[in-house]
Amino acid sequence: MAITPTPRVRVPTQAKPGELIEIKTLISHEMESGQRKDASGKVVPRKIINTFVAEFNGKMVFEADWNPAISANPYQSFFYKASESGELVFTWKDDDGSNYTSKHKLTVA
Amino acid sequence: MVFTKVETSRRDVLALAGIAGLAALLAPRMSFADVAAVDAEIKKLYGDKKFESGKIKLDVPEIAENGLVVPVNVEVESPMTDADYVKAVHVFADGNPLPGIVSYKFTPACGKAAASTRMRLAQTQNIICIAEMSDGKLYSTKASVKVTIGGCGG
Repeated sequence: MAITPTPRVRVPTQAKPGELIEIKTLISHEMESGQRKDASGKVVPRKIINTFVAEFNGKMVFEADWNPAISANPYQSFFYKASESGELVFTWKDDDGSNYTSKHKLTVA
Repeated sequence: MVFTKVETSRRDVLALAGIAGLAALLAPRMSFADVAAVDAEIKKLYGDKKFESGKIKLDVPEIAENGLVVPVNVEVESPMTDADYVKAVHVFADGNPLPGIVSYKFTPACGKAAASTRMRLAQTQNIICIAEMSDGKLYSTKASVKVTIGGCGG
């Protein structure tokens, strides 16, 4: 049965102004592609996380639209240029309408 | 008596296995996207606009042993300022059941137009990457990946 998607994010808690930080994210999810068939020959319906969004203080920073070709337990890394203190919010949007979020405070000094 | 029973059942199992194997051979092959499908996807996004080469660094392994998990890293050369940044990056594959892999949207806040993820590849094929700049310029690049075991769930 389906595992409960659990996000895991590696992001620094502190940064200098203008510092480029790399953010690495991983979420446990089967990413059912909709291409597989089960033992009785029926196509297993597609169920993937289709969108990953990173926001800083409510403003979109980075977005990834995933297709079924993305591996199970999808990994995504990207960069963010620190400018001010605030909160990074990551959201994963599932095909079934659920959202999984992860919030991280970033102190810039 | 018991011995004969075992014999029969083993033979049955073998016969069944044979039928299953034959069925797998005769079953229609899964349909795959091709170069035309990728071109159609790109056309949907950008019409007949011209692509330039350069700027994109597409990092994929030359040989992927496991098609289920193939790392893909894209980096686009750009100052990433409000006036000049990378707006979007799209990655396609020409030998998967579906051509699309991932589409990224970048903002100047990223500081660097780079991202990496992991993809599934069904067979040996080309990866096509296109980038859209904030001034509307388009760039594209291509890389081929040899896949030893396809990642298509069987």
